[in-house]
Amino acid sequence: MNTLKLLKAPFNMENPITVQVLGICSALAVTVQMKPAMVMALSVTVVTAFSNLIISLLRNTIPSRIRIIVQLVVIAALVIIVDQILKAYVYDVSQKLSVFVGLIITNCILMGRLEAFAMAQKPWPSLIDGIGNGIGYGLILVLVSFFRELLGSGSIFGHKVIPQLFYNAGYMDNGLMILPPMALITIGTIIWIQRSKNRDLIEK
Amino acid sequence: MDILFNLFVRSIFIDNMIFAYFLGMCSFLAVSKTVKTSVGLGIAVIFVLIITAPLNWFVDTYLLKAGALTWLDKSFADVDLSYLSFIIFIAVIAAMVQLVEMIVEKVSPPLYNALGIFLPLIAVNCAILGVALFVQEREYTSIAEVTVYSFGSGVGWFLAIVSFAAIREKIKYSNVPAPLRGLGIAFILTGLMAIAFMSFMGIKI
Repeated sequence: MNTLKLLKAPFNMENPITVQVLGICSALAVTVQMKPAMVMALSVTVVTAFSNLIISLLRNTIPSRIRIIVQLVVIAALVIIVDQILKAYVYDVSQKLSVFVGLIITNCILMGRLEAFAMAQKPWPSLIDGIGNGIGYGLILVLVSFFRELLGSGSIFGHKVIPQLFYNAGYMDNGLMILPPMALITIGTIIWIQRSKNRDLIEK
Repeated sequence: MDILFNLFVRSIFIDNMIFAYFLGMCSFLAVSKTVKTSVGLGIAVIFVLIITAPLNWFVDTYLLKAGALTWLDKSFADVDLSYLSFIIFIAVIAAMVQLVEMIVEKVSPPLYNALGIFLPLIAVNCAILGVALFVQEREYTSIAEVTVYSFGSGVGWFLAIVSFAAIREKIKYSNVPAPLRGLGIAFILTGLMAIAFMSFMGIKI
């Protein structure tokens, strides 16, 4: 029960992007299409889960003065592994993600969860917390990319879903959705909807 | 010279770190409550960028790239260490930030008091690592290009955060729908500013 709660908290009430405001940097640029967004979400989940686990295992041996650099080294090593795997198996997606895989290192979710959770908790809860936060982050990423791809290019995962009939009748793809600003506005709207559902989250 | 100036203008307005790539958003949202603190952070970012980006370029060109080690010995021509670049870049950035903090504290206490609290934050600012990785990906060839690009990106970031903080100071007095208050309106504002910045697209000097 407790584990399940730990896993599910970041999906909604403690969502890393919309509530904790962590890890926005690398989140938005990869949301033009769903496929890169999915790959990014998966990569971040793997890195958060394992970095949480490793730091939690090492937590009693890390001197607190140098903990930041130890955390960075662990994260960077994991990101290198993920990057090499992506290059080997899904080369075209890794080209699209370009520098943003590397930027997972400075993604605030990682440092945030390590500092706030893994440094003080046992390995098993830390692993679950890492997976939960990775999925919570991925959820928003996929949601944003769903709307941007659907409205911007009329497709989902690269398959056309809006029938040709609509185009013949004068429907047009909204080119603005593909441009960077709409990612921000989409997230703003998601936050708006989420907070009007959960009144506790409203800021004064 | 023309190319450099063009690169400078491009990196400030068109390839703006915040509005085109969303880099450094975390500190952008967290530290933009007042204009005064955001000026401090903006200057600190420019400062760290023009030190770390050229340094990382040197490391990349003379140590990590495929065949970069030939200056040491001819037999290293097919050594490619570029898979290590993430870990080396972040180590260089973290070390430089620490060093800059110590030097500033020693040389200029007033500057340290102004920037002090922001410097440690910068080590994990995505914009710093982002510039280093963009420099690597776009294969800039001269040190002048790299310096100009990193300076321009820093200035762009500075402009973005200061103007955003100014708007945010005003938004306190307006009547925003309750669920949108705080973070929600901040995102939408940034989006609108990004649309405004898009009008610079296509400028060429």
